[in-house]
Amino acid sequence: MIEVIWATLRRDLLLAVRNRTEVANRLLFFVLVAAVFPLGLDVEKGLLQAIGPSVVWVSALLATVLSVDSLFRTDFEDGSLEQMALSPQPLTLVVLAKVLAHWLVTGLPLVVISPLLALLFNLPGTDMAVLAGTLLLGTPVLSLLGAVGVALTVGLRRGGVVLTLLVLPLYVPVLVFGANTVHLAAAGADTSAPFYILGAMLALAVTLAPAATAAALRISLNG
Amino acid sequence: MFRALVNFYHRLGSPPHFYRISGKWIPWLIGIALVMIAIGWTWGLIFAPTDYEQGDAYRIIYIHVPAAWLSMFAYVCMAAAGAMGLIWRMKMAEVMAVTAAPIGAGFTFLALASGSIWGKPMWGTWWVWDARLTSELVLLFLYLGVIALDNAIEDRRIAGRAVGILALVGVVNIPIIHYSVQWWYTLHQGPTVTKFSSPSIYWSMLVPLLIMGIAFMIFFAGAWLMRARNELLRREASKRWARELPEAS
Repeated sequence: MIEVIWATLRRDLLLAVRNRTEVANRLLFFVLVAAVFPLGLDVEKGLLQAIGPSVVWVSALLATVLSVDSLFRTDFEDGSLEQMALSPQPLTLVVLAKVLAHWLVTGLPLVVISPLLALLFNLPGTDMAVLAGTLLLGTPVLSLLGAVGVALTVGLRRGGVVLTLLVLPLYVPVLVFGANTVHLAAAGADTSAPFYILGAMLALAVTLAPAATAAALRISLNG
Repeated sequence: MFRALVNFYHRLGSPPHFYRISGKWIPWLIGIALVMIAIGWTWGLIFAPTDYEQGDAYRIIYIHVPAAWLSMFAYVCMAAAGAMGLIWRMKMAEVMAVTAAPIGAGFTFLALASGSIWGKPMWGTWWVWDARLTSELVLLFLYLGVIALDNAIEDRRIAGRAVGILALVGVVNIPIIHYSVQWWYTLHQGPTVTKFSSPSIYWSMLVPLLIMGIAFMIFFAGAWLMRARNELLRREASKRWARELPEAS
């Protein structure tokens, strides 16, 4: 059980390390989208602080939607996904490991770099920490839900737009709590309740999403 | 009695039987729905008392509220059909799941449009980012996602099962979306708009509303069966039973 998780995780991380530019590009995309916003606005300190957390969160959403497609794409095309599905190990665990690997190379860097973006938006130190905290709890949910969408669309030739249509509505709760918790913290309120809710969403997603992803993958593979 | 029900259920799972049985039901369902809509609207739009706060403008609830009910009901129906299709691999359940989405999207759009027409005189704006409106909008996007997925997959069997999974994921997500939006706005700024939330509604306003709710539900059933029959013919056009239908010759 643990071995299959470990082996898949190792393989996917190794693939990411060998393909560093792609990982760097995702991060760059995230930073660029967030950095373009102030350029398109009348730069004013209050406005930037007000929209900053939301912009960072929406950028994280877009970066995840764009990157999550690579989760199963290459494995599907070269047939290794079929082998994983045929192996005696439960596909749910393989999926869980792959999503974890995806989060480690996409979600975690976003969390790490988010304070830098918070600086661009003139967010004070405490808000910066809250923003990073919400991203830490929220980005794994984004990866997990995105995996379900990818598993459903991986058999399609042009699944990208459909994937976005499927996944973005599912991201609404995470976005609502993620971005608004930072606003709440900026207003000086207690933020423990929304953090608990984000944690609950993560727990639910970790429990249910890999099973749904595995079921969806089996459907896509049979076609 | 139970045996007969089970037999009937299994027969519904077979396309030719479903086609025949639903053909008999549809005129009844649509007919009853139209009669009830006529009663409900006449009662609601003409005879129900005028609201002392909102005047006659409130009468749009006889479209708005049943449409909003059905928008959620249709999603649950779609998810239930999707689950049946996934668990028992029933072809008919897949057809039902796929065909519920456009009707549900229609009801959701009707609820949003009528709500926005109602909101203009009441709140002074077409749209508010209120909890219920937002979750209804997300529901519309979920429906559109299901329709997009269904259209994108060519193989009808795969499309049916993929839609089933997406509908199930959505049905887990809908309460979360609803409550996240609702908790958020109550946590954040309190209700910004006076909602139609008074628990007691005068019975002469309520009865036509309930009639409309049931009428929309029966109409949904009829429209659903009609769509399912079309989808069935599209899938099974080359099968012998479909070619031997009297309407095919």
